[in-house]
Amino acid sequence: MIKAILIFNNHGKPRLTRFYQYFAEDMQQQIIRETFHLVSKRDDNVCNFLEGGSLIGGSDYKLIYRHYATLYFVFCVDSSESELGILDLIQVFVETLDKCFENVCELDLIFHVDKVHYILQEVVMGGMVLETNMNEIVAQVEVQSRMEKSEGGLSAAPARAVSAVKNMNLPEIPRNINIGDINIKVPSLSPF
Amino acid sequence: MALKMVKGSIDRMFDKNLQDLVRGIRNHKEDEAKYISTCIDEIKQELKQDNIAVKANAVCKLTYLQMLGYDVSWAAFNIVEVMSSSKFTYKRIGYLAASQCFHEGTDVIMLTTNQIRKDLSSPNQYDTGVALTGLSCFVTPDLARDLANDIMTLMSHTKPFIRKKAVLIMYKVFLKYPESLRPAFPRLKEKLEDPDPGVQSAAVNVICELARRNPKNYLSLAPLFFKLMTSSTNNWVLIKIIKLFGALTPLEPRLGKKLIEPLTNLIHRLHKHLSVFAVLISLSSGMPNHSASIQCLACVLVKYLGLLAMSKILKTHPKSVQSHKDLILQCLDDKDESIRLRALDLLYGMVSKKNLMEIVKKLMLHMDKAEGTTYRDELLTKIIDICSQSNYQYITNFEWYISILVELTRLEGTRHGHLIASQMLDVAIRVKAIRGFAVAQMAMLLDNAHMLTGNTQRNGICEVLYAAAWICGEFSEHLKDPLQTLEAMLRPKVATLPGHIQAVYVQNVAKLFATVLRGQEGVPDRQVAQETSQLLIDRLPLFVQSANLEVQERASCILQLVKYVQKLQQKEVQVAEEVTALFAGELNPVAPKAQKKVPVPEGLDLDAWINEPPSESESEDEKPKAVFAQEEQRPTRPRHPEVDEKELARRREARKQEQANNPFYIKASPSSQKVYAETPGVEHIPVVQIDLSVPLKVPGMPMSDQYVKLEEERRQREKAERKKKKEKKRRKDKCGRGHRAESGGESEEDITPAHTVDIVTEEMPENALPSDEDDKDPSDPHKALDIDLDKPLVDNEKLPVRAHRPPDALKSPVEGGEGEGVAQEPKKKSKKDKKEKEKRKSKERKASVCFCFACFGIILGFVIGRTRGAPVRPLAVPETSSFLVQSYDIQGNLQDGSQVVVSVIFENKSSSSSFLKCMEFNVLDSLNSKLQRPEGASPHEAVTIPFQLPPGVSNEARFVFSVQSIVMPQKLKGTLAFIVKDSSTHEKLDFKLHFTCTSYMITTPCYSDAFAKLLESGDLKASSVRLEGVSMPFHHLLARICFHHHFSVVERIDSCASMYSRSIQGHHVCLLVKTVSTVSIDAKCDEPSLLENVLQEIKQTFAKC
Repeated sequence: MIKAILIFNNHGKPRLTRFYQYFAEDMQQQIIRETFHLVSKRDDNVCNFLEGGSLIGGSDYKLIYRHYATLYFVFCVDSSESELGILDLIQVFVETLDKCFENVCELDLIFHVDKVHYILQEVVMGGMVLETNMNEIVAQVEVQSRMEKSEGGLSAAPARAVSAVKNMNLPEIPRNINIGDINIKVPSLSPF
Repeated sequence: MALKMVKGSIDRMFDKNLQDLVRGIRNHKEDEAKYISTCIDEIKQELKQDNIAVKANAVCKLTYLQMLGYDVSWAAFNIVEVMSSSKFTYKRIGYLAASQCFHEGTDVIMLTTNQIRKDLSSPNQYDTGVALTGLSCFVTPDLARDLANDIMTLMSHTKPFIRKKAVLIMYKVFLKYPESLRPAFPRLKEKLEDPDPGVQSAAVNVICELARRNPKNYLSLAPLFFKLMTSSTNNWVLIKIIKLFGALTPLEPRLGKKLIEPLTNLIHRLHKHLSVFAVLISLSSGMPNHSASIQCLACVLVKYLGLLAMSKILKTHPKSVQSHKDLILQCLDDKDESIRLRALDLLYGMVSKKNLMEIVKKLMLHMDKAEGTTYRDELLTKIIDICSQSNYQYITNFEWYISILVELTRLEGTRHGHLIASQMLDVAIRVKAIRGFAVAQMAMLLDNAHMLTGNTQRNGICEVLYAAAWICGEFSEHLKDPLQTLEAMLRPKVATLPGHIQAVYVQNVAKLFATVLRGQEGVPDRQVAQETSQLLIDRLPLFVQSANLEVQERASCILQLVKYVQKLQQKEVQVAEEVTALFAGELNPVAPKAQKKVPVPEGLDLDAWINEPPSESESEDEKPKAVFAQEEQRPTRPRHPEVDEKELARRREARKQEQANNPFYIKASPSSQKVYAETPGVEHIPVVQIDLSVPLKVPGMPMSDQYVKLEEERRQREKAERKKKKEKKRRKDKCGRGHRAESGGESEEDITPAHTVDIVTEEMPENALPSDEDDKDPSDPHKALDIDLDKPLVDNEKLPVRAHRPPDALKSPVEGGEGEGVAQEPKKKSKKDKKEKEKRKSKERKASVCFCFACFGIILGFVIGRTRGAPVRPLAVPETSSFLVQSYDIQGNLQDGSQVVVSVIFENKSSSSSFLKCMEFNVLDSLNSKLQRPEGASPHEAVTIPFQLPPGVSNEARFVFSVQSIVMPQKLKGTLAFIVKDSSTHEKLDFKLHFTCTSYMITTPCYSDAFAKLLESGDLKASSVRLEGVSMPFHHLLARICFHHHFSVVERIDSCASMYSRSIQGHHVCLLVKTVSTVSIDAKCDEPSLLENVLQEIKQTFAKC
C-alpha cells in the first residue's frame, strides 16, 4: 500500500499532497517538513530509497523518491510494494504529466494542482496502484477533460475567456523552467 | 432562465478561481497568512450562494488551501453539496475535496451514502469512476457495509475502467467490513482471469495485499497464480505475484521446487535488468540452489537493493551470505546513510559465536571514524543489539563484553547512556561468574567518573554511573577495596549528577558501608571502621541538602543510621552483622512479560467495577500525580576546569599507586606491552599500557582488543587440546579400526564459552500461561481478515442489500423476526468481535490491578457471568466479602404486575475448607416493596436459603418481592446471615438491593403500525434527554439501550430509531433516538415519573462509558 504521495519543490513548498491515511492538517504539514528535511539533504547520486521518517508508519515503511529538476516526487510505501516498481511508477506518473501538460514544469503543478490530482487518481487509487500503462492513463484523463469542456459550454465560456486574458498579461509565467532532465529513465527497464 | 444563468456566470467571472488564488498567494509573500484569511472569508461568502458553479469554485480553492495546511473541515457540508451536483465537473471537484479532507470522524459522511449509491449506478461511467475513487479514500465501516453489494455488482461492469476500480476498492471494503470478504471472494477470484490486463492487475494487487497478512488462506490459489506468472507479460503483475509466492512458499515447501524453473527463466529473461533485484527480494525462502544469483548480487552497483535482498536470503541461507561479510563491512563506509543502515541490519543477522568479536571490533573502529552523532548512536545500539540478541547467545566471553561496554562509555555525546547502563546491569545480574570482573570495572568507572561527566557534551553517558554505582554496591563482596570505591562515590562532584543517579549513589554508599564494616569485623584496630563512619557523616549532609526529594530522603535516612552505628561503635559493639542484614537477600531479574502472564483466577471478572465508576467530569483532566517529583533530565552540567598537565601527572601517579594495589592489573613491563597469562580467567587479564595521548580513551580502562586476542588463544589452546585428545583416541582406534578422516573446520558448537556462564533466567510467575499471542497487536485491521475462504458460503453470509425499507424495521411478527436475524447477523458478529477485543484490552490493563490484590491475599469477588435462556439482565453491583459473593438480577413477572423476582447467585469464594451453611436472607421491607415470605412467617422473619455452600461452589436462590408502585427506583437494605462450619461462628453480610425502574421494564416487541397508533392516541406524556459526549456508533448505542434497558427497536432509518418497551404494570414507553452531533432521546410514556426515571437511568448508563 502507498501511504502518501508528496510533491514538493527544492525549498520544501508542497505542490501536491495526497495522504491515503488520515492525518490532521498540522500533522500533514509536519510530515511534509520532515520528509523534505530527510530527502533534501541527500546527494543526487545516492540511492532513491530511504528508511525512517518517524511520522508515517514505522519500520515497515520506506520513502521512495525521485528528484526532477526543481521538484521532489516522494512516495511513502509499506513493504508490500516493490521499490523498483514504485520508482518506475513515479517515472510513469511524471511522463504522464509531461504528456498531459505538454512539457510539464513546476508552474503547471502550481497553477493546476486540481488537474494533477485528477491525473494521479487514474494512477493510484486509495493507496493501491490502479494503472501502470501510460497510454491508458492519458486516454482516460483526456476523455474526462473533454467531458469537462463540453459541460462548461455556454456558462463557462466567459469565465475561461477572462482567465485567459488574466493569464495573457502575466510576465511571471516563464515557461523556461522546464524540467530538463525529465527524460531520465530507469536504466533499461522495460515499460510497465 | 438561460439568461439568468449567463448573467450568473458573468458575475462569476470576476470571482477568483483557483489560478487567481494561487497567483494572489504568490504576490503576497510577506503577508501570506493575512491574504489567505481574506480569501477564506470570500470563500465563505461564495459558499452561501445558491449557484452551484460558485460553490464548486470555492470548494476547489479550499482543496488547495487544505494542502497548505488550513483546516477546511468546516466546509464539509458544502463539499457534500458539490458532490451531489449533477454535472461531472463539479462532482469531480466535490469528490476530490472529500477525498482530501474527509475521514472516519467526519460526521457528514453518513449523509453521502445515498448520493454515492446513486453515482455508483450512474449511466455515465466517469461519474461512477469518480465516486469510486473518492470513496476509496474515505470509506468507513458503515459505508462499506451499506455499499459492499453495489460495489460487488460493479465488479462485473461492462467497462474495464469501472471493473478495475471496483476490484481495487474491494480491498478497502474488506478492511472496514471483514464480513464481506467471503461473499465477495469468488468474484474476486474470477477477476484474476479477466480479459482486461488492468482488471487482472488490480485483482492480483488486492489478493496480494490480503495474502501478505494471512497467506495460509490463499494457498489454494497457488496454481492459478502459477499460471498467471508464466503467461503474464506485465512486470507489475509479475512482481506482485512473486511477492505473493514469497509469502506462500514457507507454508508449502513443494511450491518452492516448482517455482525454480519459471523463476530461472524469468531471471534469464530479465538478465542485467534491474527487476532481477525486485524478483530476488521476493524470494524469501524455500528456494534452494540460487547461490549463483547471490554472486551476481554482490557485484552490482545497486547496493541498497542487494543488501535488502541479502537480508531476506540470510534468513534461510545464512552460509551463502556470510561469505560476503567483507563486502558488507565495506558498505558501512558508504556515504549513503540508507546503505549503511541496511548493512548494519544485515550484520545483525550474520553474527555467530565465531565472528562476533571480529564484527564488533570492526564496528568499534567504524564508530571512531563515523561522523554525525545519529549514525554513531545507531552503531552503538546495533553493537549492543548484536551482542545481546537471543539472550547473549553469541557471547562466549563476557569479560570481553563488559570491556566493550566500558569502551562504549567513551563515545562522545551519545544519547544512549541508559542503554549501556541497562546492559551492564543485565549482564552483572544474570551472569554470576562475571560479577567479580564487572565490579572491578565498575569501581574503576566510578573512580574515573570525572572523565564521563567532565565534558558537558557527554551528559547522556553519565547514566552509566547509575549502573556502575548499583553494581558496586550490590555485589560489593567482590570489591577488592570497598573503602576506595566508597570514597569515590562520596566525592562532592557527585552532587552535580542528575537526581536519580545521586539517589542510587546514596543507597549504594550504605551498602558499601556495610561491606567495609564487615571487612573490619575481625580486625582489632577499630580505627578504620570508625573513620569510615566519620567519612559518611561528613559527606552525607551534602546529599541531605539535595533539591531532589528522593536523594534527600535516602540521604537523611542513611545519615541517621550511620550516626547510630557510630554511637554503637564508640561503645565497642559489633554492628557489622546488623548493618549487613539491611541489604541481605539476592535480587532476581523478572521477565518483562511476567506481569501479563499471571493467570486470571477463576471467577474473577476483570471488567467488573470494584467500586462505583467515577463520574465523567474528573476522569479526563486529572492525571495521576506522581508520588515523587518527576525526574528532570537537566541538559547541561556546569563545566569543569580543564585538567592541566600537572594535575594529570599527579593523577597518573595516583593511578599507578592504585594499580599497584589492584591485583587485577598486571604491571606494564617496559619490554613488552602485553603479558599473556597461562590460564584463562579473571585473575590473569593483561592490561595494555596506558596511552594518554589518545584523547578518547579513559586511562586505566580495559581495552576489548586484548580479550579478543586472549579469546583467540584460548580457542587455539582448546583446539590443540581437543586435537591431542583426538590424537590419543585415534591412536587407540588405530589398534582396532582403520584410519578415520579428520573432521574439517571448527564448527560452531566446538567453541565453548570461557566461563561456565550461568545465565540466570528471568523469573516468571507460577503457573504462567504459556502463550505467545501477546506479541500480536489486537488492533491490527488485518486480523479480522483472517478468514477461511475455502469453506462454502452459508446462506446467511450475504452482503446486506438495501431494500426499499431498512431491514431493521419490523412489519409483521413472522417475517420481521426472521428478517432481523438474517440481515443483522454479520453486524452482530462484528460487534462481538469488537467487544472481545475491547475486553482483552481492558483485561490486560486491569491485570496489574488484580495482581496487586492477589498479593495482599484479599480475594475480591466479581460478578459471575451467567447464561440463561431468558434475556440476560444487567447485574447490579455485587456484595462481597472474603467468604461470599453475591450477584443478583431483578426480573419483572409478566403474569403478575405487582411482583418481581430477584435471583441471587451465591458463591463461596473461600479457599480453605470453610463450608457455609444455615444461610438466611432477610430484607428490611419498605412500604412499597416487600419480600414474600413463606406462609405463616412473621413480617420480619428471614428466609432460609435451602442449600449449603462448599468452598468454591455457587448456587442460585430466587426471592419474590411484591411491589406496589413501580414509578420510582428503590433501594432495599438487607442482611445475609450464615455459619462457617469449621469455626461455627455466625457471620453477617449487609447488602443493598437496588430496584431500578429499568428492572420493571420488559422487552416487548412492537410493530411499526401499532407503534404509530400508540403515538397518535395522544394520551402519552413527552419528555426528552440529551446524551453528551457519546461517541459510539449508532448501532452500538441502540444495542446498549436494548441490552441495559430492555427496549426493542421498532424501526431504524439511518441515524434515527424508534424503540419501545413496556413495564410490568403495562405502561408503554416509546423512545425516538437521534444522533446528529449529540444524541438526543425524545420519549413518551403514560406515566411521567416512570419515564423521567428511565431516562435518567439511560443517561447514567451512557455516562459510564
